[in-house]
Amino acid sequence: MTEQLVVHGLEWTEKLHFVYPNEFIYWSIQIVMYPYMTGLVAGAFVLSSLYHVFGQKDLKDIAKFSLVFSLALLPVAMMPLQFHLQQPIRGIHVMMTPHFTSAIAAFGIVFSTYAIIVLTEIWFVYRQYFVEQTLALKGVKGAGFRRLIYNILTLGAYDLSEEAIAADKKGVKIFAAIGIPVACFLHGYAGFIFGSVKANALWMSPLMPVIFIMSAVVSGIALCMLTYIIIMEGKKLAASLKKGKSDESVKVIAGVEMDVIKKTSRYLIGFLIAAITLELLDMIFRGYTQMKSWDILREVMWEEDFTKIFIMQYGLGNLLPFLLLMIGKPGIKRTGIALALILFGVFMMRWNVVIGGQAFSLSFHGFMHYHMPIIPHNLETYKEGLFGALTVGATPFILFYIINKFVPSLKTSN
Amino acid sequence: MSVSRRDLLKKTLVGSAAAALPLDAFKFLSPEQAKAALAESPHRWGFLVDTTKCVGCGFCVKACKKENDVPYDEPITRTWVERYVITNDGEALVDSPHGGRDGFTEKKVMEHDVDPESIAKAFFVPKLCNQCKSPACVQVCPVGATYQTPDGVVLIDRSWCIGCGYCVMACPYGVRFFHPVHKVAEKCTFCYHRISKGLKTACVDNCSFGARQLCDLKDHNDPYTKVIMTQRVAVLKDEYGTKPQVFYIGLDKEVR
Ligand code: SF4
Ligand code: SF4
Repeated sequence: MTEQLVVHGLEWTEKLHFVYPNEFIYWSIQIVMYPYMTGLVAGAFVLSSLYHVFGQKDLKDIAKFSLVFSLALLPVAMMPLQFHLQQPIRGIHVMMTPHFTSAIAAFGIVFSTYAIIVLTEIWFVYRQYFVEQTLALKGVKGAGFRRLIYNILTLGAYDLSEEAIAADKKGVKIFAAIGIPVACFLHGYAGFIFGSVKANALWMSPLMPVIFIMSAVVSGIALCMLTYIIIMEGKKLAASLKKGKSDESVKVIAGVEMDVIKKTSRYLIGFLIAAITLELLDMIFRGYTQMKSWDILREVMWEEDFTKIFIMQYGLGNLLPFLLLMIGKPGIKRTGIALALILFGVFMMRWNVVIGGQAFSLSFHGFMHYHMPIIPHNLETYKEGLFGALTVGATPFILFYIINKFVPSLKTSN
Repeated sequence: MSVSRRDLLKKTLVGSAAAALPLDAFKFLSPEQAKAALAESPHRWGFLVDTTKCVGCGFCVKACKKENDVPYDEPITRTWVERYVITNDGEALVDSPHGGRDGFTEKKVMEHDVDPESIAKAFFVPKLCNQCKSPACVQVCPVGATYQTPDGVVLIDRSWCIGCGYCVMACPYGVRFFHPVHKVAEKCTFCYHRISKGLKTACVDNCSFGARQLCDLKDHNDPYTKVIMTQRVAVLKDEYGTKPQVFYIGLDKEVR
């Protein structure tokens, strides 16, 4: 070696038995993050739409929050792809010369459509608030910048008449309704990107998009609930520090929190059951039909990746939280643990699909193991390693913090 | 006011779109060039591998790496040779150290000491891009950086590939990888720079045993096209529907 050449994938791939020379784990942690993050986006949006479209009143309080949260998650669905590209600067080529026989080619279009819908819906939800803020901050010292932002956010629509407000409400409903299929499409599409790779025995399945959508909704709801719990716990703590533990306000917060969580849990469990059923169906079908690839898939499932699939994904990520939520009357703490486990389970599902799909050689004669780079020592090991993934994972919370400063989504209805 | 605002918006959009376009995106073809690009080619390149002739010397791999500037010591290669050892009880042992570049001098296969008495059959299989008729790699490239020439060779535009790796995943034969220097998808091109000048590929020229042959499938007088037409040949993994155009003599069920 004369200069330091990086063979993409070599760093983190361990080969066992016979694997074609050029085979490596090319799609690594960022491609695990990609469906995970889009899943969270789609799920958060669907949760908010359950209220806006279907009028599920019990979801009112969490609906606003999850809508704004899905906006914070949105740019993050793009990030892992950008991190993963070998030529990140050329990413824009997808928009310039989209090659429509490719399942990824329409990503830019689907994604922007979805982004526009979310933004529009949020605007309709908050227009009144923007106008009110613009008016309220008029002449307030030191609030010039804030007022300017709100003024811009109104987009010049200051009308607060009854008809105008009614029109806003209608707008919300329409965009939330269009948003559901688009959100599902956005994520089902991520499933299609995998499901249509005919060369990959594990990925290729028409069920893949549906499985992805279901688990997306599960993870989106779980994340919204968990974030909600954390924020409410914070509020509770702040209130009890200020006014003492037994103050009325602390009880009110706790009551609202429990109520929202209890109601949202029901939807979560429903989607969880659907997701697991589909995944099991897929697995049973493969086992029963025993196509050529079954021998190697079985070895991956039962031997190479047994812990990751059956213990971490199905056991810790599905069964345990399911029991935690179903048995007795789960309190906030128990629900919180169950939610964290569910998020972990969906993450493991993405991992087992993306990495698991590359765990065996296309020759069916060998295996590949992925060792995620932890401490980065060059750009590649940062981007496609633990820290790259953490960057992606942390971004939505930072964004949410900023957005929430202008678009408060955590006020409860009473 | 609203008109000028819209104008401004328009100008900004056009301006930023233009700034994002590299200059070479605006290459216009002359009418002749355009015609030539669309015309049907008189050739359709194909390949014949006679595995019964391959001795596993690896000269083809060496020649390919040098000819095509594939970093010599890195574990990636446009073409490679696999060794198969099938034991009496049906176990298949396969290996391809360094893609077979330095030949197969090691008696151990996949770290197994194989007792010569226990070997039922053993053979070598050279592999390369199949220049498929319905290439999965071309189908999935989101930007059209991977394309098929009219004479049937699948190429990659190094200036346009974004390095997403979708083609690498989509090829059922595992022939694609990322070029460590150019950071774009890379694979065998049938030495397109040579064959379009009437030469043979580097691997064909360097195989002393005639195990590899380039042929023009549209030329029925081509001696190797004749072999493909008149003898029993097979292709790799036809179940994927990619219609590979590298034909093999002497395949085995263990070869995938
Ligand atoms: S062998 Fe693979 S890379 Fe070559 S044309 Fe076929 S699908 Fe594409
Ligand atoms: S890696 Fe390059 S050639 Fe392959 S699909 Fe992506 S953009 Fe196309």
